[in-house]
Amino acid sequence: MIWQLDLLILTLVVICGIGAIMVRDLLGAAILFGAYSFMMCLLWAIMGAVDVAFTEASVGAGVSTVFFVSAVYHTTRRTKD
Amino acid sequence: MEDILRLIIEKYNYWIYITLMMIGLYAIIAKNNLVKKIVGMNILQTAVILFFVSIGVKRGATVPIIEHAHDGAHHAIRAAEYINPLPHVLMLTAIVVSVATLGVALVIAIKTYQRFLTLEEDEILKQIREP
Repeated sequence: MIWQLDLLILTLVVICGIGAIMVRDLLGAAILFGAYSFMMCLLWAIMGAVDVAFTEASVGAGVSTVFFVSAVYHTTRRTKD
Repeated sequence: MEDILRLIIEKYNYWIYITLMMIGLYAIIAKNNLVKKIVGMNILQTAVILFFVSIGVKRGATVPIIEHAHDGAHHAIRAAEYINPLPHVLMLTAIVVSVATLGVALVIAIKTYQRFLTLEEDEILKQIREP
């Protein structure tokens, strides 16, 4: 495990997480959450958990983002906070 | 003071996991929009999974796939050379459960929108109080 890479990706994860809950648009929040999931997947590949990494890449980043986008499509993009 | 600083720098990954958990908890408690709350719930779940996976990491170890698996009788398997795979297997189940939870939560949010025509929590509560 290379600690410089680990720290860099952890910082990106925190930035994507804060962005996903702060942005004033639900579609933007869904896409930022997908970016957050892919960063998390990289983190697990660094830690040596390859099985968890590719499950997260397919299920967490792929299927979750599709669920969020279809939920936003069926409701509304508008949000107050 | 220096001891506390060294504790923070040595265990920086744990502090960042706690930060991620607190971001998710803040979104669940303080955000007004239902989809934002669901995003916060997922961030909290992935932070907990990240903590559990990081427990199994060893220094100088490789991924948990056995080398020379076909003629294993001639090679000794040393467990210290492999990362502990037990947390990975447990957290694989947790990821799948989290996606199922996400699907159910989003369906409940969609049904709420169809009934009240809004996703904001305060407007839903106002409509419930004054029909």
